[in-house]
Amino acid sequence: MHELSITQSILDIVSEHARRAGARRVLAIQLVVGELTGFVDDSIQFYMDMLSPDTLAAGARLAIRRVPAQVRCRACGQEFGPQELNWACPHCAAVGGEIVSGREFQVESIEVE
Amino acid sequence: MNRPTRIPVVQGILSANDQIAAQNRELLGRHHILVINLMASPGSGKTSLILRTIDALHDRQRVGVIEGDIASSVDADRVATRGIPVVQINTGGQCHLDAPMVQRALTQLPLDQLDVLIIENVGNLICPVDFQLGENLNVMIASVPEGDDKPYKYPGIFVAVDAVVVNKVDLLPYVHFDMTAFCKLVAGMNPDVRIFEVSCETGQGIAGWARWVAEQRQPWAKRGQGVT
Repeated sequence: MHELSITQSILDIVSEHARRAGARRVLAIQLVVGELTGFVDDSIQFYMDMLSPDTLAAGARLAIRRVPAQVRCRACGQEFGPQELNWACPHCAAVGGEIVSGREFQVESIEVE
Repeated sequence: MNRPTRIPVVQGILSANDQIAAQNRELLGRHHILVINLMASPGSGKTSLILRTIDALHDRQRVGVIEGDIASSVDADRVATRGIPVVQINTGGQCHLDAPMVQRALTQLPLDQLDVLIIENVGNLICPVDFQLGENLNVMIASVPEGDDKPYKYPGIFVAVDAVVVNKVDLLPYVHFDMTAFCKLVAGMNPDVRIFEVSCETGQGIAGWARWVAEQRQPWAKRGQGVT
């Protein structure tokens, strides 16, 4: 459900930057979405189709780059990608650590003309 | 502009929410109020924990509550029986609270008369954690009947909270829940997290939890000294 308000925020950001650039229309929107956030690609696309027709972003291609979770092991300092059921470090077997990436949720760039 | 041009944006999609959350945090900080964002799945005991916390803190801290629900005011009605300030937010279907909703609710609370504000988020383990409200502490409840595998399924919230309250421990004899494995897993994902084992039914563990909440407010209270 919250992808509706999220998609509106994306459109606001995109429209603002497109206007500032003097663009006639937005061809593509590149998002970055971390694995640890709760945002669903299909759902964002669905609401984009619904909300964008009267905006500069009407018909824009939505590309989503997923960023996998990366954790820095507290014990040995090496970085690893936790698997769904396994947060143990593959190097030293200690469990967990500091999250290095996976919480991103950004508009990375737009393509305009 | 005719040829396709790529414009770097690099802007957080939730930046508008985060800015209002920062305003909320600033306003509440000025009133030296400790703000707890309480998250959990439906039926885990959020309102029961709030009631227990109010009772345990009543002679030490003045507590206010914001109740977030998709619909109805049954939770706010329960809290109001304690005679403390409470505001109900109905999100109208939205699965989480956001900073603008909390901003509006704050205008209905007597901020000068509060030490601790507990915000009960909508029952959900996924989206609430992505939306800052202006809180100082994020706390989640994991209840025993939900099972000990929740950290695997919802890592996003377990890595983001300051404390996990394990509720309904009075049901441990009847439900499969490996407390040792659960605590080890949670501590592994989030080494600084505090874990409290409580039962809102029997009151077990509530004193320790309430003591921790009161301790968390100390920095705010001290900052308040000398300020009129």
